[in-house]
Parts: sequence; structure tokens; C-alpha cells
Amino acid sequence: MIGLSHYLIVSAIIFSIGLVGVLRRRNLLMLFFATEVMLNAVNIAFAAISHYYNDLTGQMFAFFIIAIAASEVAVGLGILIVLFKRYGSLDLDELSSMRG
Amino acid sequence: MENLVYIALFAPFVSSLFAALFGMTERKVWIGIVASILLGISWISSVTLAYHIYITGEPIHVTMMDWINAGDIHIPFGFVVDQVSVTMMSVVTTVSTVVHIYAIGYMDHDKSFNRFFSYLSAFVFSMMILVMSDNFAGLFIGWEGVGVCSWLLIGFWYHKEDLPREQNPSISPSWAANEAFIVNRIADLGMLVGIFVIYWNTGTLQYDEVFAQLPNLSPHILTIAAIALFIGAMGKSAQFPLHTWLTDAMEGPTPVSALIHAATMVTAGVFLVIRANPLFAMTPDVSFFIASLGTFVAFYAASMALVERDLKRIIAYSTLSQLGYMFAAAGLGAYWIALFHLAAHAFFKALLFLGAGNVMHAMHDELDVFKMGELRKKMKGTWIYMTLASLALGGLPPLAGYWSKDAIIETAFNEHTYFLWFILVVTAGMTAFYSFRQIFLTFHGEDRHTALGFHPHEMYKFVLVAMSPLAVLAVITGWFMKDYEEFITELLPAYEMSEHTHHLTAYLGLIVLAFAISGIVLAYFKYARTGKNAFKQDANVEQGFIFKLLKNQYYVPAIYERFITEPYKVISGILWTSVDVKIVDATVDGIAKFLYTSGDKTRSMQTGNLSNYLNWMAVGGVILLVVAVISAMIA
Repeated sequence: MIGLSHYLIVSAIIFSIGLVGVLRRRNLLMLFFATEVMLNAVNIAFAAISHYYNDLTGQMFAFFIIAIAASEVAVGLGILIVLFKRYGSLDLDELSSMRG
Repeated sequence: MENLVYIALFAPFVSSLFAALFGMTERKVWIGIVASILLGISWISSVTLAYHIYITGEPIHVTMMDWINAGDIHIPFGFVVDQVSVTMMSVVTTVSTVVHIYAIGYMDHDKSFNRFFSYLSAFVFSMMILVMSDNFAGLFIGWEGVGVCSWLLIGFWYHKEDLPREQNPSISPSWAANEAFIVNRIADLGMLVGIFVIYWNTGTLQYDEVFAQLPNLSPHILTIAAIALFIGAMGKSAQFPLHTWLTDAMEGPTPVSALIHAATMVTAGVFLVIRANPLFAMTPDVSFFIASLGTFVAFYAASMALVERDLKRIIAYSTLSQLGYMFAAAGLGAYWIALFHLAAHAFFKALLFLGAGNVMHAMHDELDVFKMGELRKKMKGTWIYMTLASLALGGLPPLAGYWSKDAIIETAFNEHTYFLWFILVVTAGMTAFYSFRQIFLTFHGEDRHTALGFHPHEMYKFVLVAMSPLAVLAVITGWFMKDYEEFITELLPAYEMSEHTHHLTAYLGLIVLAFAISGIVLAYFKYARTGKNAFKQDANVEQGFIFKLLKNQYYVPAIYERFITEPYKVISGILWTSVDVKIVDATVDGIAKFLYTSGDKTRSMQTGNLSNYLNWMAVGGVILLVVAVISAMIA
């Protein structure tokens, strides 16, 4: 029987994958993908816990996150396109112009 | 009538604010005129109130607003106009109005003319709060206000250099101002303790409520409260050992000296004792101490005045001495006589000071009476005024000082304190001597000033005219003593001479008079004659021990310097180098250094690389998570 803990473990694994992606990747596009992965890991956890407690709030929250993630991607991709047009690259190491 | 109370109180305040608007600009005569008119309005209101109280006998009590409401403390901002406060208000505003008009002439050449009027009016306003307040908190506000204004005014010529004590006993105006302020600060601590003791034991600060509760308190607490309040009074009224500031306060401009000595500052202590008379009446030991100290100061100050050469300092000593008389009367239970002497003294002392100001103005700030002489021909008006004031101070009938001082001396006899009586009588003779010594040296005798290149000239006409009300009051005040007694004893306890004293009154008066007249005659023979009998300085006397002792003010300032100021300086130096620099400063610097170096070290984190930032963010997130887990486990 698949229980709550299974879902949470899956969620944690996916979140970790996303986190590692954010930390290790150099390409901005990949960073975006990684954040999406993390967001969806959280969504899984929300949905699972919501089901466990028989409370719809968590699932509603998941919907909100999906909606916000979609709009975030729209805005983010727009910025990425502008960046790429400007610098011809999306590599983070090459984009550091604010060194203190 | 309520409006009159507010007008009397706030007219000086308005005057002060108005003059302050122009404080930094060049001299404008009309500011002095406006200030004088506002003070005049305050004077008219005060006198009208006095008349009202005289007719109806009903005190006026107004509460302007609630001031402090915290927990059980309830202090309204209230004012009471009764027989005592209306006396003070009339005296204060009368003297202050004259002083304001006088200052227009006296400060004629001063570039800070406008600033001076602002301070002067603020001084009067503080004093009005002090005398009109219906509770101890308001009194304390006025008390401190008077202290601050005196500091501003004594140090008015703050730009003058410090001189060694041998050249100028008061060192410099700013030194004298600081001394006055610090000495008063010491006494104010006593005053505060007294107010706290009263509050703790009665739960209120309103005069009437406090006095109603006094019989329920233990004698022990009453004594503590009385002593503490009297320490406050000692500071403001310059009683020994807190008296040194008063003579040094002569560094201020002369109108200020007149104001301090006659109306707005030194009388505050006497006023406090009179105001709190139910308390002091219940503590006979403290009262007797007050009387003894007053008598001592009367004699002590008079003795120093005998040898002083500085015109203003002579008058300052005489104030000190007369304050001693007032405290003697108050300590012996004759509160109304003390208040009456306060009023009479205010008039002739202000006159004396303003006259001295005229002389100073004429002599280009020279105050050494040995360099004057024969001024009466050139300064007739001033000569008449000062002689009149000195006659009043010396206690010759029918002038004001005779009646009030005689009543005090009679009180001392009536209380069977014959030793105090004797000292006060001797002091009366000394008072007459030194006041006429000063008159004769200044206005009579050989002309000594022309040889020194002085060309004195009389003060402006309007100044002399403005001084005339004081001259009139210095003459006639005493004639209304009986009426005043009826008026004031509705509030203050009556003081009756015993049958025995009553029989001897005439003789007692004659004894005092004999001492006073012999003082004047002695001064005349010593200082007023011309030709081969003219006064010469006698080196033998001036090298004598007693002369030196008196000249150096019994070495009290030197002792303070040696045993208080200097050790204090040494201790301060040690605390500065060891505690302040090594502990306080080091702590503050350490915090700053830590922040600076940690910032410097962590600067390398700012690579400008988003990936690095994200890594750091993750590290922070992990740390937070760990902390959360640990704290959850502990809980």
C-alpha cells in the first residue's frame, strides 16, 4: 500500500534533484527547469498531505502554485530571451557584471 | 479673573519668544520696548489680582490642563493666586518691569541686545511659574527654569577670557555661570528628594492636600522632608555652604544681578520655606536650624562686605546677609515678616543694583570703589537713588528696611533667642557701615577717578525715570506694614509679640537704630572726608590676618577649589584614562571594529555570480533548517 510517507519521500527526492540542479547548473534555462522541478515537488507534498488530512486547502494551494509557476515561466523566459539577445549566452559565469 | 492669571503668567513668556525670534539679528531697540510693555502688562495683571485678593480675600485657583496622569500620579498644571503668591507676583513683576526698561539703556551698546531680552523675560516667566504653581512639581519646573535662565544670563558675556583668581575673584562669566548652575544642581538634588519623600508619604503633590495630610505623618518623615526641602532652598537662596555662586554671579550684566538678587532667583528659597510653612512649623528643630543658619549667614556675609572693593560684590554680600535675615525670621516662625522683608528688600536692592549699573556704565565697567570718589557731582540722580536705597538697607526710619528688619530683630528677641538677637543687631550696624562705606567711597570723598583718566557721565534720563518707582517703593513700603499684616495673615500664621516684648519695642528699636547710625557715622569719618583727612589705604590693616581672611572670603572658594574641585579633577582624569578609554570606549570601538572587519572579510562572498549566490542561499536555508530541527528537538 502506498501511504503518505511514500509520497513525501518522492517529493523530497524530486526537491533534492531540483536543488542540486539549481546549485550545480550554469545555464540559466536549466536553472529555470530546476526551480520548476522544486515547485512541483512541493506540489506533490501539498496534494498528498491534503488528501491525508481530508482537507482541500492543500490541493487548492497546489493549483495556485501551478498557476503562479506558469506565469513566472512566462515572465522568466521573456527575460531570458532579452538576456540572450544582449549577451549571446546564458552561462551564469559569463553574466557576472555586478562583482563587488 | 482667571484670564488675568494667565495674562500675568504668560505675558513674559510671549515677550521671551518674541525677542527670541530676533535673537540672532542686530540690535533693535523696539524689541526692548515690546518686552518692557509685555512685562508691564504682566505687572498690571498682578497688581489687579493683588487688589482683588485684598478686597475679597478669596484665593483664585485655576487648572490649565492635566499634565501628568500615570498610574496613581495625578499632577494637574494648576496655578493658585493667594496672598503669598500674589505678593511674590507683584514684587517680581514690579522689579522685572523696571529692570527691562533699565536694560534698554544699559545694554545700549551690546550686540546681543535682542538675545538678552529673550533670556530676561524667560527668567521672569520661570519665576512666575515657580511662585504661582499650586503643586510641588510645578514649583520644581519653575525652580529649574530659573536655574537655566540664570546660567544663560550670568554667562551672557561668555566670550570673556578666564582670569586667575587674584585678578578676578569670579574668574570669568562662563566660569561663574557654570558654578552657579552646578551649585544649584547639588541643592536641587535635596529638593527632589524632599519632593519624593512628600509624594511617597502623602500620595500627592498639591500644596493644600499635602499640608492637610501632614499631621498624620511621623515626625521622623516630616524632619527628613523639611531638611531635604531646605537644602534645595539653601542652594537657590545661596545660604552657607552653597553661597559662593552668588557673589560670582556678579559677572553677569548688571540688570541680571538686579533681577537675581531682588526678584527672580534668590528669593525662591525663602519663598519655598514660606510656602511650606505648615511643614516647617511642625519641625521646630529644623526651623531653629534655619534661623541659626540665617543669622550666621547674615553676619558672615556682612563681615566679608566690610573689606570688599568691588561695588557689585559689596551689594551681593548685602543680599546674602539680608537673605540670612529672611531665613532667621522664617525659621523663628514669623513667616509673614520674612515675606515682608523679602518684598521690601527686593525694592531697595534692585534700586541699589541699578544704581551700581549706572556707575559701572559711567566708569566704563570699572567697579573698584577705590578708583571712584566724588561722583555725586557728575551723577546726581544715581547718587540720590543709591543713598536712598542704602538708607533703606541700613535700616533708617522711615524707609522700608527699617520696618521689616526691625521686625525680624524683634522676633529674635521675642523668641528668647538672645544670642541670635545680638548677632542680628551687630549685623545691622555692619550693614549700615558697609553700605555707607560704598556710598561714601563712590560718591563722596576725594576725587580719585579723574587722575586715572575716567570721565563719568550720568545715565540716560529715561533710565533714571524708570528707576523712580523703585525709589518710591523703597521709601514707602514700610508704612503699609500693618495693612499688609492683616492681608497676609489670612493665609500665613499670625505672629504676635509677647506682652514683655511689646513693652520693650521702643528700646529695642532704639538699640538697632543706634547701631545703624553709628555704622554710618563711622563710615563717614573713615571714608567721606576730604583734604588731609581723606581716606587712604592702610597697609598695616591690609596685611592683617583678619583683613586677609575677609578679603579671601574666609578662604571658602580656595578650600572648595583645593578639596573639591581639584580632587574631582584628579579622579575624573583617572576615570577618563582607565575606565572611560579602556572600558567604555574600548567596548564601543570593539563593536564597530568587529562589524567593520567581518564586513571586510565577507565581502569576498559578493562575486556577482548568481550561481554562487544561490549556493550561499542554500547554505543559509540548510542552517535555518538545522536550527529549526534542533530547537524542535529541544522543545
